[in-house]
Amino acid sequence: MAIHELWIINKAGGLVYQRNFADGLAQLTSNEYLVLAGTLHGIHAITSRLSPTGSSSGAEVIEGETFKLTIHLTLTGTKFVLLTSIAETTAEVFLQKVYEIYADAVMKNPFHTPEMPIRSEGFDTKITTLIGSGQ
Amino acid sequence: MAYSQPHPRLSVLSNSSQSSVDQFSPTSSSARYSLPSAPSIHTTIGSAKPTQGPRPNIYDRNLNKTRIAEVSASSFTFLFSEIVQYTHKRVSGINDLERRLNTLGYRIGTRVLELMVWRAESSSKAPKREIRLVPALMVIHTQVWKAVYGKPADAIEKSVENADEYMIIDNDPPIERNISVPRDLGGLSCSSFTAGIVEAVLDGFGFPARVTAHGTPTAQHPSRTTILIKLEKSVLEREELLKQ
Repeated sequence: MAIHELWIINKAGGLVYQRNFADGLAQLTSNEYLVLAGTLHGIHAITSRLSPTGSSSGAEVIEGETFKLTIHLTLTGTKFVLLTSIAETTAEVFLQKVYEIYADAVMKNPFHTPEMPIRSEGFDTKITTLIGSGQ
Repeated sequence: MAYSQPHPRLSVLSNSSQSSVDQFSPTSSSARYSLPSAPSIHTTIGSAKPTQGPRPNIYDRNLNKTRIAEVSASSFTFLFSEIVQYTHKRVSGINDLERRLNTLGYRIGTRVLELMVWRAESSSKAPKREIRLVPALMVIHTQVWKAVYGKPADAIEKSVENADEYMIIDNDPPIERNISVPRDLGGLSCSSFTAGIVEAVLDGFGFPARVTAHGTPTAQHPSRTTILIKLEKSVLEREELLKQ
């Protein structure tokens, strides 16, 4: 039961927010994070066209041997991605709450530019209260 | 003081800095106002009830009809966010931005005061108005705040250093709840809007003052804001006379 990481990917596939919540994760450069987020965006676009029975919203959970990646796609195309341990069952709930915080602290902040990286103290603080301080 | 022209505070344009006035000229910004021929909203709502005749004039409505009506906090925050963005794009610095927000608030304050007085005193047999400073500040702290934000402010303080300064403190101003001011805008306080409302109400009561807003965060209340009221000398002199 652990939450490792949170990503927010804008509708163009750019990583606008990334934060670690656990120790001992591989240290990546911001460029590597951008590449990973872009790749996930591409995979997600492909999975949304794979459904044999009509339209689909794309991948929601990707599970590996040691981790689980949960994707929450909003109506506007923004993706909230949570990397957790496999045992974590409340990832969707967390993502829903992150979405709420995003709507409040980011979208209602006059100093935020849409689709650009999120630099908002209020958002950071509220995420910390929700998930924990992390690193 | 003779106002041959309309009071400068009643116009957004007249009080603004010369450098940014041209932003408002219709030639440079007409594109912002021209509406594309988008289909009207009403045409898409097929099942909506047809409206019965024209809406009643706002002046014909009961004054108390909307007293307890509530506005969605989200919609208001989005609107206020747009106001700040719109204003921010058209000013040259923080001071200018704060003054514009103050001016916008001033226009609301004059109306809030009028509406409040009509609601409270129109049916009263012995209508009254505050002529002493402290009761007037209490009215702002409680009634004005309740009318505008739905809750009273948290404290009134008198400055120790300057006799002409009073402070109204709000621990969690609703308009600032979702605003994170970036570091490069340092001391900006969007509550200048509230300061404008307070200034207008004080002016209306007959206590001319300069009112500014300052963020004074504490660990418990990160968006705590102090509305600083600097009264004009004439007000203090009159207070002295009234004391006798």
